[in-house]
Amino acid sequence: MKNVTVNAMGDPCPIPVVKTKKAIAEFQGAAGTVETLVDNEIAVQNLTKMAKVKGYGVSSSKLGEAQYKVAITVSGEEVAEEQPEKSPEVCIPDARRKGTVVAVTSATMGTGSDELGAALMKAFLYALSQQDELPGTILFYNGGAHLTCEGSASLEDLQNMEAQGVEILTCGTCLNYYGLTDKLQIGGVTNMYDIVERLTKAALVVRP
Amino acid sequence: MEEKIVFCKGGGCTAKLGAGVLSRVLSRLPKGPEDPNLLIGWDSRDDAAVYQISEDLAIVQTLDFFPPMVEDPYTFGQIAAANALSDIYAMGGTVKTALNIVCFPEKWDLNILGEILRGGAEKVLEAGGILAGGHSIADDGVKYGLSVTGIVDPRRVLANNRGAAGDVLLLTKKLGVGILCTANRVGEASQEAMAEAISSMTTLNKTASEIAAQYDVHACTDVTGFGLVGHLREMLDGKLGAEIHWREVPYFQEAERHANEFLLTAAGQRNRNFAGDKIAFRDVPFFMEEILFDPQTSGGLLMAVSPRDADALLLEMREAGLPAAAIGVLTLPGAVEVTVC
Repeated sequence: MKNVTVNAMGDPCPIPVVKTKKAIAEFQGAAGTVETLVDNEIAVQNLTKMAKVKGYGVSSSKLGEAQYKVAITVSGEEVAEEQPEKSPEVCIPDARRKGTVVAVTSATMGTGSDELGAALMKAFLYALSQQDELPGTILFYNGGAHLTCEGSASLEDLQNMEAQGVEILTCGTCLNYYGLTDKLQIGGVTNMYDIVERLTKAALVVRP
Repeated sequence: MEEKIVFCKGGGCTAKLGAGVLSRVLSRLPKGPEDPNLLIGWDSRDDAAVYQISEDLAIVQTLDFFPPMVEDPYTFGQIAAANALSDIYAMGGTVKTALNIVCFPEKWDLNILGEILRGGAEKVLEAGGILAGGHSIADDGVKYGLSVTGIVDPRRVLANNRGAAGDVLLLTKKLGVGILCTANRVGEASQEAMAEAISSMTTLNKTASEIAAQYDVHACTDVTGFGLVGHLREMLDGKLGAEIHWREVPYFQEAERHANEFLLTAAGQRNRNFAGDKIAFRDVPFFMEEILFDPQTSGGLLMAVSPRDADALLLEMREAGLPAAAIGVLTLPGAVEVTVC
């Protein structure tokens, strides 16, 4: 085990890191510890960050006023430099239109037959979940509260959308009124202030 | 023999006081009676103060100065001036007058000072302003900047915090100048990369601001010492969230290598500390995290643009030769303020 002390007192960033890396490089792949002395906490953080990204062991201690020691331990068996490129988890920038809020105010869609209305609502939520651009938020209030609770025919579609980041919120007062408080199956509970804020700040409100 | 003149000790906006420290001090200052004509003061941590003097006229005031971040005095003068003028552009204003602010060691060669001031004066002229005076102090180190006054139509002020969920975020300059200047100080940056960074830092935000004025821009700020994340969070103002798509973020290619070699500033780490758990990174490479926290000197404008106008605005800026990009969107507030994915 090699052991080296690097004095980086009074050195501005990135000099402490540069000196420490140089000391590690001189191990030439052997195991060892570099203790770097610095005079400020930010330098401690920058050294710690470097060690963590490189996969080295690291610990630090405060020796006194404006005096810190960072001990970096290199294990020797040349750690594969970079981790293999992580499979780029695709971030889908446009999958959600964050400004769009869908307000579901009833368990049925449109007026006329309730039976037809319920089928239409189910179809609406399914079709919504299949859109290229999903809404940022779906709000459920009054009769709409039934759709996020046990027995709803749309739970799967809603889960689908929630998994893609769509925020699903049901009005708490409404759950209470219909005795559904402990039947909620998906999303969060919200209140009138939040509903007002979301509706007024939305770029687009869709009401099926 | 004269002692060697060390002109550049790591300056620019990396020399700013940390945002955390600053806000504690500012919050304790006494406040006088409220003046309704003060349209923008420091409550919103905006880029400049805006004071309305008539129905269609408001003055925009700002000042900015810092130590050198490059070796060449003339270039430093240009950068410091472009950086100070930028605050007027970030408010949507027009530059009118500027005053020099100078700290300079008495024993140094005055030609150095002359070069700094020449660089600054050229930028004020380019901005269409008049250099109307200044103030100098004998000091241990060099510092230079400008106090700038501009005008703006009060109805067209670009505040930094009036964005709305759904707005597209546009950035008009590449990020990474802090990392490049730091790498340059330890002799690691290539000449080409430094030339590119200097060309970016000496570019006025005038064109970007003038183009933005034609479109529905809700909020605007310039990206400087607190880095993209810091200035973005000022834009969110605790009321909104943001999603940054890191693959879209423009940056100086070479900064990636230097960030991966940890040639990082203390200011960048302070910016990271200040953001704390208000930011979430989802599968973002290390170098990009550093670029998003990197303190910028004379950085670009960050705008929140109506989604209807974003494409056209971006196109026009690109046609004007700006390396502008749409880097994300404003969202409703969430568990964290900024998500990078």
